[in-house]
Amino acid sequence: MAGGATLLVGYLSVIVLLPIAALAAHGLGLSIHTHGAGLAFWDWSVHTDFAAFWSAVTQPNARAAIWLSLWLSLAVAAVNAVAGIAIAWVLVRDDFVGKRVVEAVIDLPFALPTIVAGVVFLFLYGVKSPVHVTLFETVTGLLVALLFVTLPFSVRAVQPVLASLDGQAEAAARTLGAGSFRTFRTVVLPSLLPAVLSGFGLAFARAVGEFGSITLIAGGLAKTTTASILIFSLIGAGKPDVAASVSVALLVLSLLLLAGSSALARRISKRLSS
Amino acid sequence: MTAAPIGARRMWPLRAAVLTYLALLVGLPVGYLFYNAFSSGFGAFWRAVTQPAAVSALWLSAKIALVVVPVNTVVGIGAALLLARRRFVGRRFLDLTFDVPIAVSPIIIGLALLLAYAPLGSWFGPWLARHGIMAIFSPTGIALASMAVSLPYVLRSVVPVLVEVGETQEAAARTLGAGAWRRFFTITLPAIRWGVLYGVTLTLARTLGEFGAVLVVSGNQSKTQTMTLWIANEWEQNYNELSSFAGAVVLASISIVVLVVLSILRSREKRLHVDIA
Repeated sequence: MAGGATLLVGYLSVIVLLPIAALAAHGLGLSIHTHGAGLAFWDWSVHTDFAAFWSAVTQPNARAAIWLSLWLSLAVAAVNAVAGIAIAWVLVRDDFVGKRVVEAVIDLPFALPTIVAGVVFLFLYGVKSPVHVTLFETVTGLLVALLFVTLPFSVRAVQPVLASLDGQAEAAARTLGAGSFRTFRTVVLPSLLPAVLSGFGLAFARAVGEFGSITLIAGGLAKTTTASILIFSLIGAGKPDVAASVSVALLVLSLLLLAGSSALARRISKRLSS
Repeated sequence: MTAAPIGARRMWPLRAAVLTYLALLVGLPVGYLFYNAFSSGFGAFWRAVTQPAAVSALWLSAKIALVVVPVNTVVGIGAALLLARRRFVGRRFLDLTFDVPIAVSPIIIGLALLLAYAPLGSWFGPWLARHGIMAIFSPTGIALASMAVSLPYVLRSVVPVLVEVGETQEAAARTLGAGAWRRFFTITLPAIRWGVLYGVTLTLARTLGEFGAVLVVSGNQSKTQTMTLWIANEWEQNYNELSSFAGAVVLASISIVVLVVLSILRSREKRLHVDIA
């Protein structure tokens, strides 16, 4: 048992923990120097170069890319939250021929490799678009691709909760004279909100980090360069330390945004149910 | 008079809106993928996927999966047993570590591996290189990146099942004198088998489909081209639309098989959810 636990910690260190530590250290300009030949800790000094981090993440191209990633992902997660409720509603409360096919289609974006989605969107909405919709090198193109890859998150979060509602509270609200919309807002929505929020968070995180499905349709323009695309191009340009700085900033800002949106959702949830 | 739940009547406008949205967002692209790959005929498609570069890329993807899937399966089951059955210091930290690959961009995972193991300018790469180990820009690097991104799936599939089946049978076997391994193979593993298979399927799908993390550590050489890298390369370097599409169809067909397998497993084990992917 103890041997197994040691192996597990070793494995996780090699594939996740040490690389993430190296990323944070390089990104924040943290370096360890040894003086002389000794390996004792007093021979070491930790050198931080926070100015390098700051200048890397405040470059206009880095700021623009981080900004684009954050607002685009918020928009994608928000559209998804609404679409997710609607799709889950139809899957739970409606019945029609071919519903099982729709159920299966929802999960396809999870199973499909991102580069496959990227290739398809590039050709479907590229310069030779067979449907005459050209989204190559546009933010709309990024939006469509991101909506595709994050589609299942909200639906699959909301669906089980909606299925567990028995409709009695809704019926009671209706009997008391509440209209459809009021019943939905005061009775159904508050119970769905935690699930909607968790779907929102997953979709947001996925959209912020997405690369494969958007890299081709983004082309090479500055206005379609998201943070992940910028990080990749910085690595290619031989600037992994700058790439690490942008990564650290992106991770910190995404975490703050997620914490903020969940606090906001809790307040909305309180107001709706009172 | 009984009041119906809201939305029971007048459902069709919402149904129409949802079906149209899904048809445009998912149906159109996927339909176009299969249509376009076969529009120049099945012969052209077959020649594209059987050219040597495609076959060797598919073979590399298969070899990587053969290493990554067993390792992450054993790791996932072991960690699931720890997380579901034990209380220990650092339990929360272990749990969070398994979420890192889902929360962090694959590009950043690749970069982190680069900064730890690249032959130049990394923490351990120079030392590894002196000992003749190329941990990055090699199939080893691709395996490392695939292990990192597909880490959580077995764990996340097995934990809910383990919690559900409980420990009473294992405790009974223990009082009857069964050793730890015997208890695991005769009681625990059969009870969680659908969960394990579910996780293995997700791990395999992610390993075969990973692009970003693998792209960063591959160094873009032909000997380190997996199927996803080959698909991108055929378009970006060679402008070969048919090859890209044919490769994409191969991977998309695998994902459809994966979806079918997952849905069969879900019908066997109600504790399995789609939303972990």
